[in-house]
Amino acid sequence: MTVRIVVLAKQVPDPETPPSQFKIDESTNSVIPPSGVPPVVNGFDLNAIEAALQLRDAGADVEITVLSVGSDFVMDAMKKPLAMGADRLVLVDDSGLNGIDSAATVKVLAAAIEKDGPFDLILGGRQASDWDQAHVTLGLAEVLGLPLVSLVQKLELDGGSVALQRVIPDGYQVITAPVPSVLTITNELGEPRYPNLRGIMQASRKKPEIFSLADLGLSADDLAPKLELKKLYVLESNRQVELIEGEDEADSGKKLALRLREEKLI
Amino acid sequence: MTSVLLVAERDEQGEISQSTLQAVTAAHGLADAHVTAVVAGDAGGTVSSLAVDKVATISVVDSGDVGIYEQVTVDMAALITSTSPDVVILSKSDFGSIVGARVAFRVDAAFASDCIEISNTTGSLSVTRPVYGGSALAEFEIASSPAILTLRAGAFEPNNDTGSPEVEGFDSGTTAARSVSVTDTIAEVREGVRLEDADFVVSGGRGLGGPEPFSVLTDLANVLGGAVGASRAACDAGWVDHSHQVGLTGKSVSPDVYIAVGISGASQHMAGCSSSRAIVAINKDGDSNIFKEARFGVVGDWEKVLPSFLATVRDLKA
Repeated sequence: MTVRIVVLAKQVPDPETPPSQFKIDESTNSVIPPSGVPPVVNGFDLNAIEAALQLRDAGADVEITVLSVGSDFVMDAMKKPLAMGADRLVLVDDSGLNGIDSAATVKVLAAAIEKDGPFDLILGGRQASDWDQAHVTLGLAEVLGLPLVSLVQKLELDGGSVALQRVIPDGYQVITAPVPSVLTITNELGEPRYPNLRGIMQASRKKPEIFSLADLGLSADDLAPKLELKKLYVLESNRQVELIEGEDEADSGKKLALRLREEKLI
Repeated sequence: MTSVLLVAERDEQGEISQSTLQAVTAAHGLADAHVTAVVAGDAGGTVSSLAVDKVATISVVDSGDVGIYEQVTVDMAALITSTSPDVVILSKSDFGSIVGARVAFRVDAAFASDCIEISNTTGSLSVTRPVYGGSALAEFEIASSPAILTLRAGAFEPNNDTGSPEVEGFDSGTTAARSVSVTDTIAEVREGVRLEDADFVVSGGRGLGGPEPFSVLTDLANVLGGAVGASRAACDAGWVDHSHQVGLTGKSVSPDVYIAVGISGASQHMAGCSSSRAIVAINKDGDSNIFKEARFGVVGDWEKVLPSFLATVRDLKA
């Protein structure tokens, strides 16, 4: 029997954007998209895609659906999970989703999962690299009333359950979760695979399935934010570095140690 | 009056954790605050002298088959529903992150994680948290109550005052449903001092180019009596175990001296070490971000700088 997996994926500004190009428009409290740096799928969500693909590699019959909520999608970016090997891309694409908070995001995801489901596993990245809140997938488990395991670094389907390793501060836990469950995947799982040429060709032929808010029976009133963003700003570092320069690099190393001793730091 | 529910955590010795003492400071920073700390277990030891107005104790039965912090989530949700606090404060620990988020969605409350400032002087609650991997700060206003917040470690000074809180037991009367089973816990093998507690941290990044240089970093850490850290890039590349990762998604450290070797200083990394007393950078790229955060630095090839640095430190320590 096919195991249906949905992986939550978010389009974010490329976190590798050089700090010098990271600019904020303080009049709209938003990040100015840097020119020539297209958005990407959140890197931790690619870890979750990788996790789903590893289940397939291990021999399970899985169907992998990628689900994203937002607006102004850049299709080249959003198709990357398909190029890696995911089967379907479902987008809730609606201008009404601009600037919604995470509580509203959870509502929309839950509605989309209800419409497109049922799913056996719901996977998300450990957090998104834009708002770093790390709680949308956790909240989704609450709203759907499903068991939750966060920070999964290894997973294996085992009949009607899933065997997991969950990262904790000083090691990991061995966990058995039922199906269906909600899991967040952490980067300890390993690097997401690169799409190969065949995957890229297949992805280019696939069309996303698109829902509007109305398709999900939701309206703007359902998405009123609990948190209102008042100010987004960059804190300039005013720290002045003291560069130690010796006659050569080895001498610099020696002088650095002596300087730290002088400051009683070592 | 602002009623604050502070979810306390214990350290390995069973005493109130440093992050909870920091949360006490944050709670008392709110105007007209009445603070209740909720503690799992009994009210012995430092709990009975915590500098808060009231302590609510809950008994915790963790059978290991009711998921991750599932019972405490049930208890917290019940306590919030019955006492209607204005603000609920947790630490951004494994426990706080999970329980905070789950309880928020269970009781339909506002949630903000990893806060570094909280204030209610303007009449409404305002919180500031780092976003975009620490590249920016965002200030939010939260109009609805309760607001559930987790605090970044080190963002507030610990409150070491003593108080004489009234102690009351709380029992939600509800047992969490069986969900997932935790069958085993595997502790990582750790040599020497714990990374989070180290006074000296020697960290390596992508610039090291491979796993071998970490032996030099380990030598330096041993001479200093410190621990070895790493950037996420170095961990993901498999050069060093993920347990060494410092940063937003790794460990937060605040040593006296943080020595960053071959680390560019991306904001995601700095999020884990920026509260160090002094950051020392060795990097061949003088334009890299680490020099904007460091107090001392050498622009140069670590292969040439580090051996003489290590030798000199060894002499000084001899």
